[in-house]
Amino acid sequence: MAFLELDGLVKRFGDVAAVDGLSLKVAQGEFVSLLGPSGCGKTTTLQMIAGFAEPSAGTILIHGRDVASVPASKRGIGIVFQSYALFPHMTVTQNVGFGLEMRKVPRPERERRVAEALELVHLGGLGQRYPRALSGGQQQRVALARALVIRPDLLLLDEPLSNLDAKLREEMQIELRNIQQSAGVTTILVTHDQTEAMALSDRIAVMHGGRIVQVASPFEAYEFPATDFVSSFLGKTNLIPATASAGADGATVVAFGGSRIETSAAPAATGPVLLSIRPEKVRFAPPGTGYVCGKVRTGVFLGNQWLYQVASPFGDLLVVHQNTGRPEARAGDEVELAWDAEQMRLLPPERTHG
Amino acid sequence: MAETNPRAAYLLSAPALALFLALIVAPLVMTFLLSFYVFGFYTGIEPAFDLKNYADVLSDGYFHEIFARTFLIALAVTAIAAVLGTPEAYILYRMRSAWRSLILLAILGPLLISVVVRTLGWAILIGNKGVINETLMGLGLIASPIRLLYTSTGIVIALVHVLVPFMVIAVWAALHKQNPDTERAAASLGAGQATIFFRIVLPQAMPGILSGSLIVFSLAASAFATPAILGGRRTKVVATTVYDEFLNTLNWPLGAAIAMLLLVAVLVVLLSYNRFVERRYAQVFG
Repeated sequence: MAFLELDGLVKRFGDVAAVDGLSLKVAQGEFVSLLGPSGCGKTTTLQMIAGFAEPSAGTILIHGRDVASVPASKRGIGIVFQSYALFPHMTVTQNVGFGLEMRKVPRPERERRVAEALELVHLGGLGQRYPRALSGGQQQRVALARALVIRPDLLLLDEPLSNLDAKLREEMQIELRNIQQSAGVTTILVTHDQTEAMALSDRIAVMHGGRIVQVASPFEAYEFPATDFVSSFLGKTNLIPATASAGADGATVVAFGGSRIETSAAPAATGPVLLSIRPEKVRFAPPGTGYVCGKVRTGVFLGNQWLYQVASPFGDLLVVHQNTGRPEARAGDEVELAWDAEQMRLLPPERTHG
Repeated sequence: MAETNPRAAYLLSAPALALFLALIVAPLVMTFLLSFYVFGFYTGIEPAFDLKNYADVLSDGYFHEIFARTFLIALAVTAIAAVLGTPEAYILYRMRSAWRSLILLAILGPLLISVVVRTLGWAILIGNKGVINETLMGLGLIASPIRLLYTSTGIVIALVHVLVPFMVIAVWAALHKQNPDTERAAASLGAGQATIFFRIVLPQAMPGILSGSLIVFSLAASAFATPAILGGRRTKVVATTVYDEFLNTLNWPLGAAIAMLLLVAVLVVLLSYNRFVERRYAQVFG
């Protein structure tokens, strides 16, 4: 049985539905990310789970129990806020101990557990500091320790890393994942950062317009996006309008421009489709063998790889190439592009995202 | 503002500076000098440098009582204003915005009406034959009127009404500075509404309460109109005493000395209080 079950959740603000019929099942100990652009309803969903906002419709089951009538203070959920929301007038120890104090945990045990929690987030020794005297990363850890020390059944993370600089964010991602796994706590992460979601989660729920578009493991969501929105939100992709028709032996023939590609990997489809191919899977082909002809507009060197923008009849296409020691193409070059037929995906033709 | 010209800065602030010098510093200095002059019943005011006026005030039990009364009133007003104003500000802070503007207007509106008018209103309410006593006696709840007019209690009640908006505004500003997520964080950790208010909201609002207290205390200690109208001839405070010395006894030097002593006393209270507050909150709020 799922540990957390969201069923048909709706939240309306006036006429606008911020969350519009959202259903999701999360297993015990699982790390699930709600990923989407701002305004997709992910934070509102989190607030409903936490008990800060009341659903307009739908149910939230934790451990099979409907929590509609349970106030936030009785749900036993640990939350890390985007702003950390540390209590500025309390020391680190008092901040972390607050939840235990509310649970009337006796002082000796409280002190022991606070020390343990601070140890877990590598902040032993800073207990007497006030939040103001801590760096952003340290504040973030205090917030995490404060949420974990109450041994919550469920941990909610609201963009917890978005206020950290890039390097620290990467470190904290790894650490967050380790801490979550050692604590074994079921975790929901809300984020708009796809790398963060991919690095941390067991499964990603991609949200758009108040609904979940796809729930899948990071690899699956990246490799087999359900819609063009998912494919372009999770990483970069090239989308080419094409026509699919049935070929021999159940294969699909995809036609666009003057090219025809036969593939058996993409889910069978007929009629108009969007062909999606990731930039890192596109290669420069010898003359006469490519699917698309174009002209290199820019070549950006990123150290480990090159990022090319190629002007083609289907708009600008992106090509990512490993840096092999010398540039494969230069701006202004006429090139032909090709890819492995098995690597392209066929998506429903209606564009859901710019 | 790419460049700041120091001369332009002085030039631009010159009018305000001139106003400040002419209207605040000059009268203060003149009052200070006046406080050393000598007053004779027959000779009038004579320029001198004599500490007699200060000695008179500091050694006279009559003045001690007036100073003590003034500070007790100011203290009581400050305490009551804090107790009433803080929850008021919190409720205001939690209100929906449409209601909030309306209630804010109701809180600040009285400031637009002259203190004299508002105080006279209180005189009508709390007099022996005032609305409150008449009603209570009419209901048979009390046999004889409660004496409020011409007492310190009456002054405190009216001053609280006059000054509580300053407390509300100061606390409201402090509440706006706090992160609303801290209340949610406390709730998620298991705190109920009352605990959240006393353990999370109130401590964070403390700087606002303290600065509001400073304003209310100094205004209450130097208030004139309200004690003059509600205190009558008997319940005098320092400000009304100064007025009497100047305009009834015509002993301007003594009045000036009392005024200077009030100024110094209030300043001492404010500065030491401020230092305490700063030391207490420097490491927490910065």
